[in-house]
Amino acid sequence: MDIQSTVNNILLDLTGEDFSTRGDENLFDTGLLDSMDTVQLLLELQDQLGISVPVSEFDRSEWETANKIVAKAASLA
Amino acid sequence: MPNLQPYADPQYFLILLVALVPLMVGLYHGHRLRLWETVVSLAFIVLMFTGHKWGEGLALLAYVAWQFLLVLGYARYRRAHNGTATFVAAVCASIAPLAVVKVTPAVAGHPSLLGFLGISYLTFKSVQVLMELRDGALKQVSAVDFGRFLLFLPTLSSGPIDRYRRFVADIAGAPAQADYVAMLGRAVHYLFLGFLYKFILGYAFGTLMLPKVAQAALVHAGPLGLSWGLVGYMYVYSMYLFFDFAGYSLFAVAISLVMGVDTPMNFKRPFAAGNIKEFWNRWHMTLSFWFRDFVFMRTTFFIMKHKLIRNRVRVSQVAYLINFLVMGFWHGVTWYYIVYGLFHAVAIIINDYWLRFKKKHRQQLPHNRWTQALAIFITFNVVCFSFLIFSGFLDKLWFCPPHR
Repeated sequence: MDIQSTVNNILLDLTGEDFSTRGDENLFDTGLLDSMDTVQLLLELQDQLGISVPVSEFDRSEWETANKIVAKAASLA
Repeated sequence: MPNLQPYADPQYFLILLVALVPLMVGLYHGHRLRLWETVVSLAFIVLMFTGHKWGEGLALLAYVAWQFLLVLGYARYRRAHNGTATFVAAVCASIAPLAVVKVTPAVAGHPSLLGFLGISYLTFKSVQVLMELRDGALKQVSAVDFGRFLLFLPTLSSGPIDRYRRFVADIAGAPAQADYVAMLGRAVHYLFLGFLYKFILGYAFGTLMLPKVAQAALVHAGPLGLSWGLVGYMYVYSMYLFFDFAGYSLFAVAISLVMGVDTPMNFKRPFAAGNIKEFWNRWHMTLSFWFRDFVFMRTTFFIMKHKLIRNRVRVSQVAYLINFLVMGFWHGVTWYYIVYGLFHAVAIIINDYWLRFKKKHRQQLPHNRWTQALAIFITFNVVCFSFLIFSGFLDKLWFCPPHR
């Protein structure tokens, strides 16, 4: 599975919403993703894609939309 | 030698701004006069610790030397190694002076000799750099940049707490002229708003009204110390706390902007929050975000990675308790600071239950401006009650009442 669909699946699990066509929606402003979810997101990325993202690397502005998460994951893969 | 406490009176601003004029002219023309910046900063830091405060000044010197040793030593170590024990030891050693300062009054009954104004804010900065080095988010730390970060004059005594990488990017050069002009515009606005907050509203609530309601609460104390005076104290103290600290933070941000550094804001209309979680995204933001990123998230990450607790809700509850208990202890080792931390942990846990309930019953629950107003009203009162605990007034009222 590619990074895009993996990220969308993780977000679907975490928020209960499908972001495959809403890639630029801000996940934090809408309150769909909180700190707990982000930790889970990082752990899932680690498990499913084998990329490790340290917590302090997590700058909200760089991770605030589905597209940004995909780009970030791709850059770290 | 004169003594100048930061932002204590209008004179301070006048002297500081005059001293900063060369730096401002330089920044306007695209140059950062580092030497002048350093000289002014060091001079004003020295003036904070003159006279009877010289002991604190010595403590600051020793503290800075200790943190330099730790951070630069760890950065060097981290280039080739990544032992967990070394990391934990470095963090503990970095926190140790602050821990001594916080515990000494509770144990020995007098302030520690290691203490000085601003020690907790410097510790936040130092620990943050250690953690980012550990994570590899920071590859190296230059001694000069770390020194400028740690001892940045506008935020030295009470924050806001900046982030190393953000700060270093700002001080690497000068902002574009148009940006700097916009920064100066914001600085002027924040300065005047700060004057209104701290010297007018903070003064009215803290100096004029607070002693009166305190007196009323002490004289008319009913069972458990309850009285209308106490209710008045709760609200007046809350207003005082906000305007005093928000005013102070505005000054710190304004002076930072004058120096070409975009220090993050500390408050965003906290009393307009519709729940406790939102409140912590608006109140003392640089502190609560620091705790979120370096305590809460690291705790949840650790618990979930090692699968110590399976239930996600339980993980967050444990992390909230740890997060706010640490925050309580950080304020000081007294029962009321610790209860304040616990109170907020419990409030946010209850809030989370409610949010989950609301999510599940979205269809049945009304949502309009009346429910929003009710949410803000409830949040405001819960917060004010927590500030009553925080104020330490209950300690005075219950355990050491004055002789009537």
